[in-house]
Amino acid sequence: MYAYDELDRTIVNERVSEFRDQVARRLSGELTEDEFKSLRLMNGVYLQLHAYMLRIAIPYGTLSSKQMRALAHVARKYDRGYGHFTTRQNIQYNWIKLAELPDALSDLAEVGIHGMQTSGNCIRNVTADQWAGVAPGEVEDPRIWAEILRQYSTLHPEFSFLPRKFKFAITASEHDRAAIKVHDIGLRIHKNAQGETGFEVLVGGGLGRTPFIGKTINEFVGQRDILSYVEAILRVYNQYGRRDNIYKARIKILVHELGIEKFKQEVEEEWAQMRDGALALQDAEIEDIRSRFFYPKYDNLSDTPDELKKALQNPNFEAWYKNSIAPHKQPGYAIVTLSLKPVGGPPGDATAEQMDEIADLAEKYSFGEIRVGHEQNLALPHVAKRDLPALWRALDKIGVATPNVNLVSDIIACPGLDYCSLANARSIPIAQELTRRFANPDTANLIGRLHINISGCINACGHHHVGHIGILGVEKNGEEFYQITIGGRADENAALGHLVGPAVPYDQVADVIEDIVEAYLALRQRPQELFVDAVKRLGVEPFKERVYATR
Amino acid sequence: MPLVKGNTVVADEFVHLAEDAPLPADGAVLLSAERFLKDPEAALARNGKENVKTGVIWPNNRDVDDLLPYLDRLAVIALVFPIFRDGRAYSQARLLRERHAFKGELRATGQVLRDQFMFMLRAGFDAFEVKKDKDAQVFADVAHRFSVFYQPTGDGRVTAFHRRLMHLPESVKS
Ligand code: HEM
Ligand code: SF4
Repeated sequence: MYAYDELDRTIVNERVSEFRDQVARRLSGELTEDEFKSLRLMNGVYLQLHAYMLRIAIPYGTLSSKQMRALAHVARKYDRGYGHFTTRQNIQYNWIKLAELPDALSDLAEVGIHGMQTSGNCIRNVTADQWAGVAPGEVEDPRIWAEILRQYSTLHPEFSFLPRKFKFAITASEHDRAAIKVHDIGLRIHKNAQGETGFEVLVGGGLGRTPFIGKTINEFVGQRDILSYVEAILRVYNQYGRRDNIYKARIKILVHELGIEKFKQEVEEEWAQMRDGALALQDAEIEDIRSRFFYPKYDNLSDTPDELKKALQNPNFEAWYKNSIAPHKQPGYAIVTLSLKPVGGPPGDATAEQMDEIADLAEKYSFGEIRVGHEQNLALPHVAKRDLPALWRALDKIGVATPNVNLVSDIIACPGLDYCSLANARSIPIAQELTRRFANPDTANLIGRLHINISGCINACGHHHVGHIGILGVEKNGEEFYQITIGGRADENAALGHLVGPAVPYDQVADVIEDIVEAYLALRQRPQELFVDAVKRLGVEPFKERVYATR
Repeated sequence: MPLVKGNTVVADEFVHLAEDAPLPADGAVLLSAERFLKDPEAALARNGKENVKTGVIWPNNRDVDDLLPYLDRLAVIALVFPIFRDGRAYSQARLLRERHAFKGELRATGQVLRDQFMFMLRAGFDAFEVKKDKDAQVFADVAHRFSVFYQPTGDGRVTAFHRRLMHLPESVKS
C-alpha cells in the first residue's frame, strides 16, 4: 500500500475546498452550467440521466480497509446504499445531490481518496495490473510507477486542458491484466539485454467510436527518462491534437493521421530538448516513492495446508477455489478474486454492507488491503491459503463468492440506458439475462474462459470491442438493437472483435449468444482451446452461419 | 476587461492596435501576429525610445519558434485561450519561459477565469486579462489556494518530491 503523506493530503484537501467554492458559485448562478461543466468533470462529477454522478478514483486499484469503509459511508449517507465499480478502477455513485457533493468529497479526503481527474480532458486516474506487487514473476511492482505518474499528472499545469481525455495503464507482468494496448499510453515494464529495468511505451490505443490497438513508440525508455518521455508525448499531443472535432480529438487519431513513424519523430525531437531537464528522475526520488509502499510481513506457511486439503473435498468450495484463486509470489498465500457478478445482478455493483464486510474481511485475512480490477471485480491480494475455507464461507454469506470468475457469466457491462444519458440501449438487463442463461456452473466450466463485454453505446465503456464476445447497443427506428462481435481480447495479444452479422433486437441477444457458444463447443479442437483461440483459428464464418442459419 | 499583474488589478498601458491603424511612433502597442510578422523591424525599431513598447498577440495554433529572433525585444507576448477548454497556450507559455527564456510579460487573454489562474501562473504567465471583474478582484486569494505542487515547472516552486527529499517542514509554503 502507498500511504499518502501530509503533502498528498494537503493537495486533496485544497482541491476539495476549491470545488466547494465552485459548487457554491454554480448554486448561486455565478457560474453558468457551461462554465461549471469542465470544472465539475475534473472532479469526477457528471450530469446523468437521473442526477449528478460522482466518480471516485482508486489509483492503480489499491484500497485499504479504511478507504473501503469510507466508500461504504458515502454510499450510505449520500447515495442509495450502493456503488458501482467500473472498468477503470473507479467507483461511481449515481444519486448524489449537487449541494452535498463537496461534503461527500470531504469525507473521502479524510482517508486520502478523491474524484480528481476521473473525468474531463486531462490525464485520468492511472490504472495498473490489479495483482501488482503480488503476481509471481513480475519484473517489479508497477504501482510505484503508477504512483509517480499519478503525482506527475495531478493538477498538471500544462496538461489539464488537453484536446481530449488521456488514459495511462501500466503492467509489469508478461500476462497483461491492465489492458495497456487499449489506452492512450500503455507502459510495460521489462528488462533490456543489459538487465536494466525500463518501459516499453505504447501509444494511441483506445476504444470508442474509432477503436485502435496501441502502437509501440519506443521499445525501451529508461526509468530516469520516463516522465520526460511521456511529457514529450503529451506536449506534441496538446499542440497538434485535433480540437475541431470531438470525435477526432483523441491521441489515437493524431497517431493514426501522422503515422507512428512521423509521430515518433515529433516526440523524439521534443524529448531531445528536455530529457535532461527537471523531469529526469533521480534514483533518490524513485527510492523515496518506493519506500512509501508498505508490504505485509508474510509468514512462512505451507503451500498445501491441511485446512485447504480438507476443504477441497467440498465440491462447492472446490468450484470456487478453481476459478477465484490465483498463485501468489509468496508460498502459502493466494490472491482471491471476489465476484461482483452474482446471477441476475448488475455487474460491478456493491452495497454499503458488502463494502463494510469486505473491509473487515480484508483486515482479518488480507493485511487490510483490497484491489479493484478492470473486470469490475474485487480482490484480496494476500490471503494465507489455510484461511481460504473460512474466508470463502464469509464471502459466500455476503454474495461475493459466485464461482464464475473469468467464466461466461463474469460479464463486463457499462450502466447503459438505466443510468447513462448517452446510451442507445440497455446493458445491465442484457447482462442479467445472460448470467441467468449461463447460471449452471457445469455448463460454464465446460465452456471455460470466455469474456462477454457489453456497452450501451459506441463510447465503449464496457470495452465491447475487446470482449471475446462483444455486445454493442445501437438504436434503429427508436428500438434497441445489438451488434455482436467475436474474437476481441484485451490482454497481451489484444485484438478487436469482428462483427458476426446484422444487429439483433433486444429479445434475441441471449439466444444469439447461446448459439455462438454452442457453435464453439461443437467446433473447438479440444476442451483446452479457448473460445477466442477457436475464433482466431476458424474466423467469423462458422459462427455467423450458425447464428443466422435459423434466423 | 481588467488586467491583473502582480496580484492586483492594474491599468493596461498597451493599446490593442487595429489591423488597419497606423503604427504610432510612441506608446505601448499590442499587434496581431500577422501584422507583427509582416514587418517586425518596423514595430520593434520603435524600441529604445522611451515609452515605446511592442507586444504581440500570438495565436495558439502557431509555433512559438517563429518568435525566437525577436524575444529579447518584445515587451509582451499575449497568448490566447479562445475557450476555457483549449489549453494549447499552456504549452506555448512553458516553451517561451522555460526553453526560450523569454523575460518579458507573458499575458493570458481570452476566456480567462479564476479557475485557471493557478495553472497559468505555474506555466509562466504573469499578466491576466480577466474575463469577469469579480474573478480579477479575488486573484490573490485564488492564486494561493494551493500550497503543494507535484510537477517541476519554470515557476521555480519546490515540488512535493523535493520537499520530501530535503526533509523540509510540511508547512513550508512556496
Ligand atoms: C454513466 C456515465 C458515463 C458516461 C456519460 C460515460 C461517457 C463516456 C464517453 C463519452 C466515452 C467515449 C470517450 C471517447 O472515446 O472519446 C466513454 C468511454 C469510456 N468509458 Fe465511460 N461513461 C460513463 C460511465 C462509464 C462506466 C460505468 C465505465 C466503466 C464501467 C466507463 C468506462 C469507460 C471506458 C473504459 C471508456 C473507453 C475509452 C477508450 O478506451 O477509448 N464509463 N465514456
Ligand atoms: S458505453 Fe455509452 S451507454 Fe455505456 S456508459 Fe458509456 S456512454 Fe453510457
